Amino acid sequence: MSAEVLPYTIKPHPVTGLYNGKFGVWLFLASEVMLFGALFSTYIFLRIGAPETGPAAWPSGEETHLSWKIGGLNTLILILSSVTMVLAWVQFKMDNFGKGRLYLAITAILAIAFVAIKFKFEYAHKFHMDIVPSTSVFFAIYYTMTGLHALHIIGGVVVICYFIGPGAKLWDQNREYYTNRIECTGLYWHFVDLVWIFLFPILYLL
Amino acid sequence: MSDAHADVSKHVKAYIAVFATLAVLTIITVWASTWHLSHPMAIAVALAIASVKATLVAMIFMHLKWEKAGNIWFVIVLTVFFFVVLVSIPALMHSDRPLGTVFSSWG
Amino acid sequence: MSGDHHHEPSFIRKYVFSVDHKVIGVQYGITALSFLFLGFCLMMLMRWQLAYPGEKMPYIGNIFGEAAMPGGVMLPEFYNSLGAMHGTIMIFLGVVPLLVGAFGNYVMPLQIGAPDMAFPKLNMMSYWVYFVGGVVMITSFFVPGGAANSGWTSYPPLSDIATAGQTWWLFGMVCLITSSLLGSVNFIVTIIQLRVEGLTMFRLPFFVWAQLITSFLLLLAFPPLEAAGVLQLMDRLAGTSFFLPEGLVVSGVLQTQISGGGSPLLWQHLFWFLAHPEVYVLILPALGIVAEVIANNTRKPLWGYRAMIYSTIFLGFMSFIVWAHHMFMTGMGTKISAFFATTTMIISIPSVVILTALVISLYQGAIRFTVPMLFALAFLPMFAIGGLTGLPLGLPAADIHLHDTYYVIGHFHYVVAPGTIFAIFAGIYFWYPKVTGRMLNSTLGYIHFFFSFIFINIVFMPMFWQGMAGVSRRLYNQTVYAHGDAVQSLTVMSSWGAWMLGLAQIPFIINFFISRFAGKKVSNNPWHATTLEWLAPSPPPHGNFETVPVVYRGPYEYSVPGASEDFNPQHVTTEACSSVS
Repeated sequence: MSAEVLPYTIKPHPVTGLYNGKFGVWLFLASEVMLFGALFSTYIFLRIGAPETGPAAWPSGEETHLSWKIGGLNTLILILSSVTMVLAWVQFKMDNFGKGRLYLAITAILAIAFVAIKFKFEYAHKFHMDIVPSTSVFFAIYYTMTGLHALHIIGGVVVICYFIGPGAKLWDQNREYYTNRIECTGLYWHFVDLVWIFLFPILYLL
Repeated sequence: MSDAHADVSKHVKAYIAVFATLAVLTIITVWASTWHLSHPMAIAVALAIASVKATLVAMIFMHLKWEKAGNIWFVIVLTVFFFVVLVSIPALMHSDRPLGTVFSSWG
Repeated sequence: MSGDHHHEPSFIRKYVFSVDHKVIGVQYGITALSFLFLGFCLMMLMRWQLAYPGEKMPYIGNIFGEAAMPGGVMLPEFYNSLGAMHGTIMIFLGVVPLLVGAFGNYVMPLQIGAPDMAFPKLNMMSYWVYFVGGVVMITSFFVPGGAANSGWTSYPPLSDIATAGQTWWLFGMVCLITSSLLGSVNFIVTIIQLRVEGLTMFRLPFFVWAQLITSFLLLLAFPPLEAAGVLQLMDRLAGTSFFLPEGLVVSGVLQTQISGGGSPLLWQHLFWFLAHPEVYVLILPALGIVAEVIANNTRKPLWGYRAMIYSTIFLGFMSFIVWAHHMFMTGMGTKISAFFATTTMIISIPSVVILTALVISLYQGAIRFTVPMLFALAFLPMFAIGGLTGLPLGLPAADIHLHDTYYVIGHFHYVVAPGTIFAIFAGIYFWYPKVTGRMLNSTLGYIHFFFSFIFINIVFMPMFWQGMAGVSRRLYNQTVYAHGDAVQSLTVMSSWGAWMLGLAQIPFIINFFISRFAGKKVSNNPWHATTLEWLAPSPPPHGNFETVPVVYRGPYEYSVPGASEDFNPQHVTTEACSSVS
C-alpha cells in the first residue's frame, strides 16, 4: 500500500547509492557481527580462563570428539552454497529466471545438507555418547555457537525457499525488485558462511 | 549494483576462482593443524587463514570490492571497531593477573 | 481526508496491524505509558515496605495472595520481584519504547518529510515483538515463585539458580532486544535515505540527530546482551556453566551437579556492554525533545547547534568504552579501573557541552512559559543534578563507599525520572496537538507540572543522604541495621513523596483522555514552530504530506531580523519569508 510511494525501495538513492533494503541488510549484519562477537568473546574468555591441566582444562585434538572430516565437509558445502547463491543473483541480473531459480534450489539443497549432517552425524552422535552442553564449558560454547549458527542457516533456507516458491511471483511484477531481494538474501547468506569460516578452526582444529 | 558493473557476467570467473581458493585454504588450515605447532602459533596460523577466507567472501561474494556506497563502509568500520572492543573483554581480565589463575583467584 | 480515492483498509489493518508509522507510534505510546504506570505502581508498593517494614499494607494488602503477601505483609521474595520488575519494566518496556518507539516513530519521519518509515512492515513487526515481550514479562508474575527477583541486572550466579520467573524474564528480554534491533535498522535507513530534497544532515532537527545516534547505540550494543541472554538461558535450561565457577557454594551446599569453568564476571561485562550505551539511549532522545521545545519556546535558534551534534556523536562513540565503571567493586584490577575512570570523566564533557548549549539558548530569549516548556526547563537542572552526582561514582576511590547504596539510586533516577520522564511529558504536551488535532488543557498541565516537580524531588533528594549514610539499595528492611535505622525518617519522607507523586499524575491522566475529545481544536502549527512536522495536517493523513515538501533552511530560524514573522519554517522559500503581508 504505502510501499509504492516510499522512495528508493527499488532504485538506489542518488547520493548514497543504495536502495533501502541493501542498507538495511548491512545494518542488520552489523548487529549480527556484534551478536556473534559476544559469543567469540565468551569463547576466548572461557578458554584463557581455563586451567592448564586437570579435568577442567580446555580439550584439544581427540578430546573434543569433533571430527575435522565432518567439519571440513560442511565447510566445503557452505562455501559451495555461497557460490551458487551469488551465481543465482548473476542469472537474475542477466534476466535468466529459470537458471537463477535452479541455482537458488541448489543453494537450498546444500544448506539442508549442511544442517542434516550437523544434526545427524554431530549432535545425534554426541548425544548418543552422552556429551551434552552441560558436560563442560567447551561443549557448552560448542553447542551454543553451532546451534545459533544452525538457526541462522535454517532461517536462510526458509527465506531462499520463499523466493523459489511464493516469492517468485514478484519476478513477474518487478524484476529489479526481485533481483534486489535476492541480493539482500545473498548478503545474509554470505555472512552466515563467513561466521562458519571462523567457527570451523576455533572449534574443530584448535 | 550500480551501472558501473552492470555486466555482472564478467564476475562469474572471479566467483569460481574465489571458491577454488576457499576450498584450498580450508584444506591448508586442516593440514596446518597437523603440524604440531606451539599453541599460540597454531592459533595465529588458523586465524590468519580464516581472516583471509573471510576477506575473500566479503570482498567478492558480498561485492565490497565494487562497493562505492560510503555508508556501508562507514557501518563496517564502526562495527569492526566495536567488535574489537567486544572481543578484548577477556583481555581485561588478565591485566593484573597471570593466565590460568584468573578464575581460581576468584574462588 | 485523502482516503476518498483509494480502498479504505479494514479496521484491523488500520488500527491493529497497521503499517502506518503514526498508528504504530501511537500504539507504542499507549502501551509504553501503560507500562510506565505499571512500573510506577510496583515502586509504590515497595515504598510501603521500605517506609513501614513488616506492617500490614492498608486497603490493598490482601489482594496479592498468600504466596506474595501473607496477611498483607510483603515477603522478601515478592519485594525482590517488585524491584527487579520495576527496573525492567521502566527501562525496557516504558522509557525506551516511549522515546524511540513512540516519539521516534511518530515525529521523526514527519520531521524529515518522509511519507513513512523505510520498512513499514518491519516497523509493525517491531511493535508486535515488543508487545509479546511485554506480555511475557507480565505473565511471569503469575508463574510459581513469582517474577524474576535477581534485580534488573540479573547477575549470576543468583539469576542462574533463581525461580522460573527468571527464564520468563530472559525470553521477554530476547523479544524486547529483537524488537529494538529491528527498530534501529529501520530508523537509520529512514533518516539516511528518506530525507526530502534540501534537508541536509546539518539542517536536521536536533531530535532527528539524537534518534540517529540512539539507533546506532541500540544496533551495536544490544546484540551482546542478546547473546548473554542466550547464554544464561543455556545455563538455566541446558545446565551449562557459562556464568558458574567451579566449587560454587549455594546456601552452604557445594554445587556438584554443575561442571563449572565459567565466571559471573562474564555476564557483568556483556550486560554492561549494553547497559551503559543504554543509559545514553535513555537520555539522548530526551535531550532531543528538550532541544525542540526550548528552541520553539525561546523563539530563538539553538545556541551551538553544531557543537551539540558533534558532542552527541562523540557521546555515542565514547559510551561503548565506559561500561566497566559499573564494575569497580568486582576486583578487575587497578589498571583497568583507572582506564575506565578516565573514559568516564571524558564522557562527561560532551554531556556538559550539550547541557550548556541548552542553557545558553535561554539567554535573551522571549521565553513562553507553556506547559511543555516548563517540563523542558525543569529537565535542565534535574539532569544536571543526575549527571554531576554520577561523577563520584565514576571514580574508583569514591565508588568504594557509594557503590550499591541509595546514592546510586538517587543518581540515576535524577537522570531518568525528573530528567528523561520530564522530557517525555514535555514531548507529550508539545506534540499532542499534532497527533490528535487538539490541545491538552494547560491549567491541568500546570497543576501536573508543579506538583510533579515538587514531589519528585522529595522522592529522590533524600536518597543521596541515605546513600552517603551507607544504606544498601537492596535492603528489604533497613531498620535492622543501626546506620539504616538512623536515616529511616528519610525513607518515610521519600515514600510519601512517591505516593503524592502518584496522585500528581491524576490531572495528567484525566487531561490525556478528556482532551482527545474535548480539547481546543488547533491549526496545523499551533506553536508557530519551524520544523516540517508542523507543515502536515493535524492529525496527518496516511502518507503525511499533501505534496512532498522541499527544505530551504536550517531547523531553528526563529526571530530572523527582517522576516515578516518570528519564525521561518524550513519549507518556506526565502522570498516568502521576507515579504511583508
